[in-house]
Amino acid sequence: MKKENIIWSAVKTGLIFGVITIFLSFVGMVEVFSKRDVVEHVITLGQFVLLAAAFASGLISSRGTLNPPGQNKSLPALTAGLVAGLVTGTLLGLLVFAIGDSAEPALRKIFLNASPSLYQLLTIGKGAGNYWVMPTVGAISGLLGAAYLLLPELLRRPINRALLVVVFMALFSGLFRVVFINQGPGMEVVAKFLFGQTGLTVAGTLIFFIGVILIALFWNYRGEQIQSGVARLPKSGQVSLRVATIALIAFVALGLPLVSGPFIAQVIVTVALFILMGLGLNITLGFAGLLDLGFVAFYAIGAYTVGLLTSYGPFGLQHIPFWVAVPIAVLVAMGAGFMLGLPVLGVRGDYLAIATLGFGEIIRLLAGSDFLAPFFGGPQGIIGIQKPCLGTLEPFLKVDVPRVCNGIELGKPQDIYYIAVASALLIAFVAWRLRESRLGRAWMAIREDEDVAEALGVNLIQTKLLAYMLGAAMAGLGGAIFATLIGSIFATSMQLLVSINVVSLIIVGGMGSIPGVIVGAIALIGLPELLREVSEFRYLLYGMTLIIMMLAKPEGLWPSQATLRELHHSDVKAETKA
Amino acid sequence: MLKLDNVHTFYGNIHALKGITLSIEKGEIVTLIGGNGAGKTTTLRTISGLLKPREGSVTLEGEDLIKYKAHEVVYKGVSMVPEGRGVFARLSVMENLEMGAYSLKSKQELDKNIERVFTLFPRLKERRTQVAGTLSGGEQQMLATGRALMANPRILLMDEPSMGLAPVLVELIFETIQQINKVGVTVLLVEQNALMALAIADRGYVLQTGEIVLTDTAENLKKNPMVQKAYLGVE
Repeated sequence: MKKENIIWSAVKTGLIFGVITIFLSFVGMVEVFSKRDVVEHVITLGQFVLLAAAFASGLISSRGTLNPPGQNKSLPALTAGLVAGLVTGTLLGLLVFAIGDSAEPALRKIFLNASPSLYQLLTIGKGAGNYWVMPTVGAISGLLGAAYLLLPELLRRPINRALLVVVFMALFSGLFRVVFINQGPGMEVVAKFLFGQTGLTVAGTLIFFIGVILIALFWNYRGEQIQSGVARLPKSGQVSLRVATIALIAFVALGLPLVSGPFIAQVIVTVALFILMGLGLNITLGFAGLLDLGFVAFYAIGAYTVGLLTSYGPFGLQHIPFWVAVPIAVLVAMGAGFMLGLPVLGVRGDYLAIATLGFGEIIRLLAGSDFLAPFFGGPQGIIGIQKPCLGTLEPFLKVDVPRVCNGIELGKPQDIYYIAVASALLIAFVAWRLRESRLGRAWMAIREDEDVAEALGVNLIQTKLLAYMLGAAMAGLGGAIFATLIGSIFATSMQLLVSINVVSLIIVGGMGSIPGVIVGAIALIGLPELLREVSEFRYLLYGMTLIIMMLAKPEGLWPSQATLRELHHSDVKAETKA
Repeated sequence: MLKLDNVHTFYGNIHALKGITLSIEKGEIVTLIGGNGAGKTTTLRTISGLLKPREGSVTLEGEDLIKYKAHEVVYKGVSMVPEGRGVFARLSVMENLEMGAYSLKSKQELDKNIERVFTLFPRLKERRTQVAGTLSGGEQQMLATGRALMANPRILLMDEPSMGLAPVLVELIFETIQQINKVGVTVLLVEQNALMALAIADRGYVLQTGEIVLTDTAENLKKNPMVQKAYLGVE
């Protein structure tokens, strides 16, 4: 009876993963991914996705048999893994059968992506009638998934790390290759040894895999010793160690744009801008609990202010330097935060979300409207925004002839990088100080219970308005830098999606947590930007990530101290009760 | 010390308080008993400024309280322990207490008050880094009470401190209320648990559908047949 249950649940898991992979095949993701390799000439990214699905179904279904843990149950676990993997593979085999071997498959009339090349892929190039390939491969992967779970923790963790590193390196191998090659002929040899055109080379894969395992094993045996050694250091030693770490990070951060080229620098700038917006929304939403779905409005206001104040285009009002325009943009955004805050002061929860959503849309529509086109350029936007200049721009105010910057012009993304990263760090520091301040406490009290906070002496009007204003100021700073980075602004880039992205990155990072904002921005903004090749499926993957995150780790990637404490203490409580 | 004179409070069109008149002298424990919907919580919210009366006056030692906003009333020495405790669930015990002292200016006073609260509730000291939402009901009530005391109140408004607590804990809380009262804090105690409330109170008011129907010393109220029948369960 028990055994049947195991088999049945393994079949169910296998079916779920099989259906997912078929779906991914039909939307064309597997095929597109197959243009990239994980290991060059050995396994493509598309094949890797299929294998990973079978592997995961094996792992998950065998985990079900190990509950409760303790006794040796390797046989049922392996069986479950094998069955689940086999079912997943069989579904893919059926897909192969359904597509058929003709040049113009019947199924293709409905599913455009059920193409001969998908057929090739699913039979690993063996061609006609090889329906057995996928079930076999699936069964083996499922079995491996189960076996992986049975490995002792000591081995499993290094393998886990190594796999993650290899996949990461493979995904970004093109970037690494270019960056390395740019460093000169010496590095070029290394780059070509490790990274192929489309993925890692075999040698590179082995080096990364074995290297990470060795490091992880070493850390397993010696990690505690090293940590306690560090803890035993005299105070001055610890301080200098910390200074050295910070110096190293600073050195990497400062040197990065010099070696990375404009693309990576621009991605990092984008991440930094979203960090700025995230930190801002983290104040209104994370600290004060006021959900704002129109946050992009402040970004737009910051960007347009800088645009109008510095542009040489037809809509530029003044030509003042970037450095003066930015503080003005921040102040204007702050004022906009005040203007938004006033009418919605008494609005709570869901209603607030809808009201702010409206605000965001109004700002976007106004900026792009024909009605205000004489001021904001309407659909044409504002172009010719001045680059920041380290030096003097003479004369100070509006002139008709373009002026030359008699100093260093910060025009390239690599230059804006420094401005963006420095701003993000500065604002992260400000947010952290705010959080620890009396005002921060008051925000969190409001988030927990408005009435009680008010009864304790918190001035709701003042405190909420400050949350809106400071949040808006940070987003405005982000917008201001964005305007100079791109050199032009269009109302169409101020979509609702930007606001949604900011809310998502806060939730994924961990509500109310400052490092969470940074991690969330890197994960949700940075990674998809770097993986531009798969951009067709960007929002599919994005949505999947959000759902999986909310199911598996609802507290976020880097939760705030309070959330951690909460979890920690509930454990303690459970123990004392038992 | 605290006087309410002919107070009428409305929730929209609902006439919740229909002319409440009551007074509390310095150093007293006064209880306000009554059933669900009698207007007990509304009375407390009116005193603390969260609701504004349409008519009547609320004065603290002769000073009009109505003209102050809710967040200013605490500066006048009125602290509230809200119904259902209202601790800040995701903040730690320490942070909750610090929020209680939001109206204080000096750090020294804050530290002194925290010490005082910890002597009163040693349990809170043990759990000071814990998040308030994970405390037990009794501990949350202690925290809500301690938080209200952080503001150095002259008068403490307590809204159903016994709600949802085990009898042992109710006794503990009521003992603490007496202790707090002994060091000079006047207490206005709103309760459904009339038996316990009358046991520690000096005087009591009985509230029914927004009106005060009876007032006397606690001793006499306990003997009053109407009170016995309606609130003490004596047939």
